[in-house]
Amino acid sequence: MSVREFNLDEIRKDFPILAQQVHGRKLVFLDSAASAQKPRAVIDAMVHVMEAQYANVHRGLHWMSERTSDAYEAARDKVAAFLNAQAREEIVFTRNATESINLVAYTHGRTALRPGDAVVVSEMEHHANLVPWQMLRDAHGVELRIAKITDSGEIDWESLEAQFADGKVKLLAITHMSNVLGSYTPAERLVAFAHARGAKVLLDGCQAIVHRAVDVQALDVDFYVFSGHKLYGPTGIGVLYAKRELLDAMPPFMAGGEMIESVSYQRTKWAQPPHRFEAGTPAIVETIGLGAAIDYVQALGFEAIAAHERALTEHGLKVLAGIEDLRVLGAAQDRGGVLSFTMPDAHAHDIATLLDRQGIAVRAGHHCAEPLMGRMGVTATARASFALYTTREEIDALGAGLLRIRQMFK
Amino acid sequence: MMSESQELYQALIMERSKAPHFAGRPEAFDAQGQGENAMCGDRVQVFWQRGGVVRHEAHGCAIMTASADLMAQAVAEKTPSQMTALRGAFEEVVTSGRENPALGDLNALAGVAQYRSRIRCATLPWVALAEALKEGQVHG
Repeated sequence: MSVREFNLDEIRKDFPILAQQVHGRKLVFLDSAASAQKPRAVIDAMVHVMEAQYANVHRGLHWMSERTSDAYEAARDKVAAFLNAQAREEIVFTRNATESINLVAYTHGRTALRPGDAVVVSEMEHHANLVPWQMLRDAHGVELRIAKITDSGEIDWESLEAQFADGKVKLLAITHMSNVLGSYTPAERLVAFAHARGAKVLLDGCQAIVHRAVDVQALDVDFYVFSGHKLYGPTGIGVLYAKRELLDAMPPFMAGGEMIESVSYQRTKWAQPPHRFEAGTPAIVETIGLGAAIDYVQALGFEAIAAHERALTEHGLKVLAGIEDLRVLGAAQDRGGVLSFTMPDAHAHDIATLLDRQGIAVRAGHHCAEPLMGRMGVTATARASFALYTTREEIDALGAGLLRIRQMFK
Repeated sequence: MMSESQELYQALIMERSKAPHFAGRPEAFDAQGQGENAMCGDRVQVFWQRGGVVRHEAHGCAIMTASADLMAQAVAEKTPSQMTALRGAFEEVVTSGRENPALGDLNALAGVAQYRSRIRCATLPWVALAEALKEGQVHG
């Protein structure tokens, strides 16, 4: 798959923002898990649409509209190939992963699930994969169950077994990689486990999709969601993958133009998937930008990206381990470049502010995972997250900054 | 290194966050108020005694803890209406970044103005104090 050598110096030049300075210092951007920076190829693709090839899609009979529709639909093909979906119709464009999950909760959740059925999520979900299911519970009478995780931040299989024991679970909605602990979940095993017990599976792939190749057919997963902006693409574009037969059975999420086949005052016939779920003018420019982002990561190839990031994660863990009293949350066997940590006396916000003054951007807070914070016995953490453009030197800068903070707060 | 940030995390702030002078729940008090920042889990409880005695129990970042302590120092022996006026003046300092000579040590927090997301940390104890004063009025 890789068609381009993984040369970090060259790669960094692809991301114009990395040359910026913050507070008079070179930017060290360690907050890519919140949103990643954009390569020139994505920026150029989006500018090109607006400068040279822009009109509304799927409506006009004119040349501009047809060309724009082609570019928009080509992005769908790219996403389908990227996930190895069986068909392009299985790819629905949304605003972001949050909208994708809400779409599933409102449509599949209210039709395929009946009152009394249960949905299982884990203790390490982002609020986006918790709150929609709480709303479904309250509106539709399904039960919401929480599967425990271990102290190391991995699935507690005993707890999961127990949640499924009465046969009421019809959906397992679970992260593919924790945005706090960096743990990957064993997606293939989870899907096989849930399917054997008659439940469908939704994987929240927001973090995982950035770091490793995802093959939805090999996983046999029913729903897979992610956001474009974490994958080096623009904001405002997200993806819902769902198996064709599931999409076919789902009613629309929102109503309007584009999602219909015919409309009269008496009766409206819905369009086939995926357009049934894409009411209104879509994020045309952003969708094309996402296509460019996928091209960008695929040219480098996930083998090389993963190898680079694995080395960064190992280095990061070593650097953090060298700081007295610093606690890294979670210790999963299979973990990626998302490291959350706490320091005694120095609050996460103090850490983030002090690092920021050195040009180092980390996130601090509860990371939209308040129940997980409680589970790990903390109220907030600082989080450093790595991307394909992150360097060892940046992690060393983080380590040096943290050492100084440790001195200040000692 | 870190010279600019040390403007915010200067000696007085670090000292008061590590070893506050006015911390601890007093045996007797006339009213209390709470401040909580859901974003980061910071929590502060402020105790008010007639005659202008204020104490605090702060659990959170250095800025919030130091701010609670400097507040307790600044409002000592003040009347409730003077405390309220001081809160307004302090909020002006931390949002504008311009020191106010009348505020003494509270000016140590002026640097917080550069960090929009942290202004709330500095003002949280004052929110708790306002709550205590309100309770003091109702019951007192």
